[in-house]
Amino acid sequence: MVRDLRRLAVFSGKRLVALFFTVVIGVYLTIFIANMGGQIDELRLAQIENEVAEEVRADPAFHDLPSERREELMEERIQMEVERLRLDEPFLVRSVDYLLQALSLDLGRAEEMHSDAGSRQVAQIILERLPATVLLFGTANLLVFFVAVFAALSLSRRYGSKLDRSVIALAPSSAAPAWFYGIFLVLLFSFMVPLFPSGGMVSAPPPEGGWAYAASVIKHMALPVAAMFIAQIFISIYSWRTFFLIHSSEDYVEMARAKGLPNNLIEQRYILRPTLSPIVTSFLLMLIGLWSGAIILEQVFNWPGLGTLLFEAIGHRDTPVIIGSVVIFAYLLAITVFVLDFLYAVLDPRVRIEGGQK
Amino acid sequence: MTPWREGLRSLKRYPSAALGVLIIAALVATAIYAVVSIPYSEAQKLWRGGDMWQDLPVNAGPVWADRLFGGDAPRTIKAESADAAVAEEAYEGVRIEQQRLEFDFPYSEFPSEVNLFLESDHEQRQPFVRTAWITPEGDEIPIEARRVGASERISISQNQALENRLGHAPQIGLFTSAAPDAEQPQVRGGEYTLLVETVHFEEQAKLDAELVVYGQVHGWAGTDHQRRDLSIALLWGTPIALAFGLLAAVGTTVTTLLIAATGVWYRGWVDATIQRLTEINIILPLLPVLVMIGTLYSTSIWLMLGVVVVLGIFSAGIKMYRAMLLPIREAPYIEAARSYGASNMRIIMRYMVPRILPVLIPTFVTLIPTYVFLEASLAVLGLGDPVLPTWGKVLYDAQDQSALYHGFYYWVLSPAALLMLTGLGFAMLGFALDRVFNPRLRNL
Repeated sequence: MVRDLRRLAVFSGKRLVALFFTVVIGVYLTIFIANMGGQIDELRLAQIENEVAEEVRADPAFHDLPSERREELMEERIQMEVERLRLDEPFLVRSVDYLLQALSLDLGRAEEMHSDAGSRQVAQIILERLPATVLLFGTANLLVFFVAVFAALSLSRRYGSKLDRSVIALAPSSAAPAWFYGIFLVLLFSFMVPLFPSGGMVSAPPPEGGWAYAASVIKHMALPVAAMFIAQIFISIYSWRTFFLIHSSEDYVEMARAKGLPNNLIEQRYILRPTLSPIVTSFLLMLIGLWSGAIILEQVFNWPGLGTLLFEAIGHRDTPVIIGSVVIFAYLLAITVFVLDFLYAVLDPRVRIEGGQK
Repeated sequence: MTPWREGLRSLKRYPSAALGVLIIAALVATAIYAVVSIPYSEAQKLWRGGDMWQDLPVNAGPVWADRLFGGDAPRTIKAESADAAVAEEAYEGVRIEQQRLEFDFPYSEFPSEVNLFLESDHEQRQPFVRTAWITPEGDEIPIEARRVGASERISISQNQALENRLGHAPQIGLFTSAAPDAEQPQVRGGEYTLLVETVHFEEQAKLDAELVVYGQVHGWAGTDHQRRDLSIALLWGTPIALAFGLLAAVGTTVTTLLIAATGVWYRGWVDATIQRLTEINIILPLLPVLVMIGTLYSTSIWLMLGVVVVLGIFSAGIKMYRAMLLPIREAPYIEAARSYGASNMRIIMRYMVPRILPVLIPTFVTLIPTYVFLEASLAVLGLGDPVLPTWGKVLYDAQDQSALYHGFYYWVLSPAALLMLTGLGFAMLGFALDRVFNPRLRNL
């Protein structure tokens, strides 16, 4: 028992270190790309010079000064701004600083963007957008996940039937992403038969009262959720069905069947339980997918979530916001992978803690 | 090679695979036709837009769609000096030339716009032009009189004075029979004439006139807000989409497999490095990275392709291939190959990779539409290659101009239909291939 615990500790320690380095490198790469390898700084420097020059020119208090003195003043101001943003240091030094800050979740202040409440804190901006993304993608993905698993389980029992074949025939429809179906849903249900709004999260102005507000949000969610559902459901059912079929042809299932056990007992005890760990894995990975949102779907439906935020941040070249979103995503993914390693061991005694090595 | 041929033969049992192959063949044929009929540089030039499109209507739907629903929307009609009856009278130092631009208007709906293009080759003094509209009944409606420069575009449908006189927008008023106070203006079909009377002040001067009565429909694909014929983009989008999808799919799957095999063979730090790289890559979200590169660096489609391939190489697939290759590594025939002194490269390329190549085929076919849609997705975000006409760019323009809101359905539907067709074709083939080549599915 003690030996097992020690092993577990060593294993999780190694995993944690490996995952941490993964996150560090991933985040550093993002910092590097988001700063164009330091080029953003030159752009910013030019921008500062411009702004200061404009400011000095526009201020009547400086008009009477001799031009040399004015130059000097401008130079001073630029220097101040450069020092504030620490642009005088080499990019490599600062990028390491960025990295340390990002890893300690000190996300800093945004350069261009601000939250709707007016805050400049990156954390605030991200937190404000998070509920929208989680609401929309959580609803859609949970729906897809549970419908797919249960439909697949029942289809795998009815293998070869008409229903089974028609679902399989529909699987290629998932070649198109959700935003693609979104466009058609907008065309059909917003413009031809105006039942649902074509974008946004609540109607403007937002309705008074909790229930009316919720109703409005649900109405706005209908089309994007439907788009994601259509885009993913058939392929999910297809892959889960294949998965269950492979597992239901295992010897122990045949054995149980030969013993004459009732169907739902076979389903629950002999098929569902041994396959629980892959199911949990994909469930967790699906949850992780939530955090990043979907840039295009949110764009098409004008949904104020993380995807839209990231897109706007990139458009504004607002590096702190970009890095903030990626850092959070990286952390969440790493934590999930770590949790998964443990869950496997708990759910599936066949998986050894050592990860399969003898 | 027999398992391959066997696999291909059993593919015939799947009707969906046959349909998929048919769709792919049609797309490839379209792609070849596009590349042959419109050279690459020509396509870029056409898509940049400009004067070459001035004879086409703005936002016109496809002809067939209109006729399908029993519509009778007008096509564009042109009347040029070359076909016009010309009368000339010479006076002292002045020459008066009268051109009658005649055309037949058989439609029951109004044109969308009326423009007159004038080109004069005078040297010193600009000619003076007076234009008048002659209805089928012979009524004459004066339009305007003015001096014209070397090349002039007279927008008759935006002539405010004329609109006030007629009581309707000119393109409606000029084609209406009823009194201007009638509720619903009725189209009057028949022979129309635009009388162009030019006063030339020079001996040799000539005036070329072209009257364009813009229709509401054009060609089989319609036009966009810049008067560009959408058929260019729909045609040329095909080779671009196929090339992007194919290159990205081949590039990622083949290199992924090779790298996985190398890692499995050498083990140790090589394998560990590959595994760590994969884990880092999984943390980097693909689309945001692409958006970043598109916004900050360049939106060239080839750069995007490169990034997609690089990020795609160390994908989750590497772990899957590794799991498949690990038992192969220990197979007796590899042992045998080693004992007769086969090189590492030879073992990887000739003994390990071919064993799981069949598994790769379906993956690779189903990956193609993913990348086709990825390219379209980037274009829809406004990060499409600025010079290339692609389906995604058409969708982006349509979204940008709120095509659905204005009812220009064709603008969204035709590129979407092509994208969907591509997706379905490859996916149907891929799924069938999966059932043929994937040993675990074979007995199901």
